[in-house]
Amino acid sequence: MKEFFHKYWALRKHNARVAWKKAKRSKMCYAFLAPYAILFAMFFIFPVVASIFFSFTYYNILEPPRFMGLQNYISLILEDDIFLTSIKNTLLIAVITGPIGYIASFLFAWLINELPRWVRSVAVIIFYAPTIAGNCYVIFSIFFRGDTYGYVNALLMDIGIIDTPILWLINPTYMLPICMLVILWMSLGTGFLSFVAGLQGVDRSQFEAGYMDGVKNRWQELWYITLPNMKPMLLFGAVMSITQAFGVCDVTMALCGYPSTDYAARTIVTHLFDYGYSRFEMGYACAIATVLFLMMILCNKAIQSLLRRVGT
Amino acid sequence: MSKRKEKKAQVEKPYKKKLIKRRKPNRSIGGDIALYVFLALAAFVMAFPIIFAVNAALKPLDELFKFPPTIFAQHPTFDNFTDLFVTMGKSWVTFSRYLFNTVFITFVGTFGHLIVASMAAFVLAKYDFPGGQGFFKVVTISMMFTGWATAIPNYIILNKLGWIDTYWAIIIPAFASPMGLFLMKQFMEGLPTSLIEAAKIDGANEWKVFSGIVMPNVKPAWMTLIIFSVQALWNNKASTFIYSEERKTLVYALQQVQSGGIARTGQGMAVLVVVMIVPILIFVFSESQILETMASSGLKD
Repeated sequence: MKEFFHKYWALRKHNARVAWKKAKRSKMCYAFLAPYAILFAMFFIFPVVASIFFSFTYYNILEPPRFMGLQNYISLILEDDIFLTSIKNTLLIAVITGPIGYIASFLFAWLINELPRWVRSVAVIIFYAPTIAGNCYVIFSIFFRGDTYGYVNALLMDIGIIDTPILWLINPTYMLPICMLVILWMSLGTGFLSFVAGLQGVDRSQFEAGYMDGVKNRWQELWYITLPNMKPMLLFGAVMSITQAFGVCDVTMALCGYPSTDYAARTIVTHLFDYGYSRFEMGYACAIATVLFLMMILCNKAIQSLLRRVGT
Repeated sequence: MSKRKEKKAQVEKPYKKKLIKRRKPNRSIGGDIALYVFLALAAFVMAFPIIFAVNAALKPLDELFKFPPTIFAQHPTFDNFTDLFVTMGKSWVTFSRYLFNTVFITFVGTFGHLIVASMAAFVLAKYDFPGGQGFFKVVTISMMFTGWATAIPNYIILNKLGWIDTYWAIIIPAFASPMGLFLMKQFMEGLPTSLIEAAKIDGANEWKVFSGIVMPNVKPAWMTLIIFSVQALWNNKASTFIYSEERKTLVYALQQVQSGGIARTGQGMAVLVVVMIVPILIFVFSESQILETMASSGLKD
């Protein structure tokens, strides 16, 4: 046993020495990496660590942070009803818009891929435009305006389904579905582009080979040939849509107001804004951020291990 | 017809395309028709709000409130835009200042991001050095959570640095966006290593290899980084990091116009168009390059 440890240590030491020598020889690499690495550490890694650290303290920027253990988390889960509402809303939005948006991204990318070249490029612009159209989603607040001038209300009243206008964006019953609709409209994002590009890169000869081997229709082709080829893009797209689904805040804030009636459209991120930027309770806000962070990472890992099985 | 032309036509005949191309295997005509109909419907639904917004911006005031609404403007005018510029022109901080703020932030942020991320991507893609792969893995993981999760500590850090209420609070974090590095690195891996080795044998140092050989060869990836960076920075309200009115961004100022209620409906629509036109135009002109880059965007195990 002792000998084994001895050998193990010798090996590790040797490895470390080799790595050190390599590192010494590749100083140039580190010089190239340094600007990015420093900024990345400062604005992406360190904040995560700091967020976990501050979540155990009471901190309001003016006074130095005061350690208070798990108190933030305890009050977050046991006392803060609004936080539970926000978690419920975020999960609801993520569970509904995430998968639908993801599948729609792939479906449309796949269908677009069948089109001739120039139609395809026009179609990509049409489907991708809502994502990059800035705050164009504000237009939906006109469609769903609460008075009789709102187009949806006017239309429904004309047909005779309703006789009084519905306060779409003020009534808590309708808020979330409308937000989900708008989010779905904007969900063909980066993942969609990745799918479109990936589908074009699938080797044509594989389809012909599949035809010879008895693939009968486009659905079989999709499952047996396209999907296994697209696996890396599928993983990338999943990361993108999960990140998007959990980070919803702009749409709900713009459409339903901030704060929304009865907090019915509050998401974790808006809750974070409330405590971070309005009340400057940074410690509490960091606890919220940590919960959000953990949820996103865990969800991503789970979905990725699921997606690895596709088409195998 | 001259003899020569006749001859030419004869020669070209075998190369002429057939009128009906051989169909791809495994495709039924019925399925294709269904596909076109479905895609046309979906495209209409996706494009409708944007078309509506653009037309609403072109409508004169009496048409804006007409019911039933018309999708296309009957008498298109640019009144809403000129009104917008009049409103903004005489405001406390002038329109040109807001525009300058946004353009400055977008331009500097995008340029810096392009340089910094490409440098890192170059060594990560083409050299094997201890820590490189580990670093890239961390960058990939950082794409899995949104910027919101780190917004509060970021605020604290920027506050400690004294950058709150300056442009740098928006610009510098944008340099390190993980998405850009990821896409750039994946794309650079497709470059033949022999190209770099050949340049090195000719006596070029690393910086020359990077700026002279690698960068000109990854132009499609530039466009992709630019579109993602511009999209993020152009739409950045910066309301949490910048407090002084004279440093606020265009989007923030325009949203104030938008929240002006019924009387400002027309101008609000003009605002929507002004804000969305820049990212969409960039995308339209660089679509093929972006798709070329995205082809290598996959996450490998």
